[in-house]
Amino acid sequence: MALAKRIIPCLDCDKGRVVKGVKFLDIRDAGDPVEISRRYSDAGADEITFLDITASHEGRETTVQTVELIAGQVFIPLTVGGGIRTLEDIRTMLNAGADKVSINTAAVFNPDFVREAAERFGSQCIVVAMDAKKVSQPGEAERWEIFTHGGRKATGIDAVEWARRMVSYGAGEILLTSMDRDGTKSGFDLGLNRAVSDAVSVPIIASGGVGTLQDLVDGVQIGHADAVLAASIFHFGEFTIPQAKRYMADKGITMRL
Amino acid sequence: MKKVAVIDYGMGNLHSVAKALEHVGDNVKVLVTSDAKAIAQADHVIFPGVGAIRDCMAEIRRLHIDEIVAEVSRTKPLLAICVGMQALMDSSEENGGVPCLGLVHGEVRFFGNVDAGAVGDTTRACSGLRDDDGAPLKVPHMGWNCVRQTDHHPLWRGIEDNTRFYFVHSYYVTLGAGEKASGLTRYGVEFTAALNKGNLFAVQFHPEKSQHGGLQLLRNFLAWDGTH
Repeated sequence: MALAKRIIPCLDCDKGRVVKGVKFLDIRDAGDPVEISRRYSDAGADEITFLDITASHEGRETTVQTVELIAGQVFIPLTVGGGIRTLEDIRTMLNAGADKVSINTAAVFNPDFVREAAERFGSQCIVVAMDAKKVSQPGEAERWEIFTHGGRKATGIDAVEWARRMVSYGAGEILLTSMDRDGTKSGFDLGLNRAVSDAVSVPIIASGGVGTLQDLVDGVQIGHADAVLAASIFHFGEFTIPQAKRYMADKGITMRL
Repeated sequence: MKKVAVIDYGMGNLHSVAKALEHVGDNVKVLVTSDAKAIAQADHVIFPGVGAIRDCMAEIRRLHIDEIVAEVSRTKPLLAICVGMQALMDSSEENGGVPCLGLVHGEVRFFGNVDAGAVGDTTRACSGLRDDDGAPLKVPHMGWNCVRQTDHHPLWRGIEDNTRFYFVHSYYVTLGAGEKASGLTRYGVEFTAALNKGNLFAVQFHPEKSQHGGLQLLRNFLAWDGTH
């Protein structure tokens, strides 16, 4: 009878198709986003996250149309991210039917954008996505830094400090991706997750590295995540969402079954 | 043809509510509008809301939505959602204290103020809110939580007791004496997840985002004549 932890399948989309790469490379085609969203929703997904990895203007138009199509058929929360840089971008996505937008690179280059966005649209729809990489050496206290450009550029910003700052600016939720783990199937970076989750009052979505159902459990129980995001284990049919939910519930986690 | 007006005062995403109504309703025309005449001509009215209450109330007053909602609350089936529900109350403690419409008596309170002084765990930046096992709770209350039905209102028809609905909010309604809750939810504290008053029904959660249970509630709303 408590708030349920959430499972969020993530759709990385390029020019209207769902794709999934390993460490942001080696893209594989995984299908039609509307069809996949509907399937996940029917299977009991608690939310859908749609990340647009298209850079071109034409691609963005396709994305808006895709979001409209998903929102007209899927009645669970929908987060849209990728290339959100202006208040106008946010308005466009919300009008297309997104419930939340995820801001990543733009937050790093212009932190005040997060404040303006939260003031204009409300914290409930502002997710700040952070890509973090471990920078401490073995034996040192663990430390993570924020990276941009798909994990290629270091910023020198400490991940925990950054999370605190983004929440103070009005972020309503944090989507936390481990760049070391993304696409590796070796599990979440639990130290990173726990450090960030315990440092802020808002919910944390753990992302990057899920390979087994136990990884999802560990993300919640050890990493203190409020929600877990995964792509490839669901896209390529290794596990279904009901299987994942049942497994987590059996381990004592409150789920919506 | 049934006409449904979704009141638009510039706050948030009304597309979701409109799409969900179109999805569940046969022969339903959904109008997203701030026009008093169009709202007066509708058969059913939805009063949504997201964002900060101060901005919501400012727009509600500027566009004279307050008068429209007061009128509709006496005359036809009205469903208020999330901040729309909060706006019906006497006042909210958000933004340093904001007077609201006073159509339902009660207050809107912040989750984070619950017993904040009594928190011993200094390793976590928590709100002061605790679950039944003493673990810290995040604010906003975001995600799927159970709603315990406290009456047999027509809007619960076909929805099992303790069904999970999708919530996203940092403030919650506490009802004044004489007001009636239709549903209660626990998140550190027990709060009013749904209330009814005559032809008015209000929910803190988002039925348009709550899949089967939420769509059923919207279907029930479209079939409701406003009596209980």
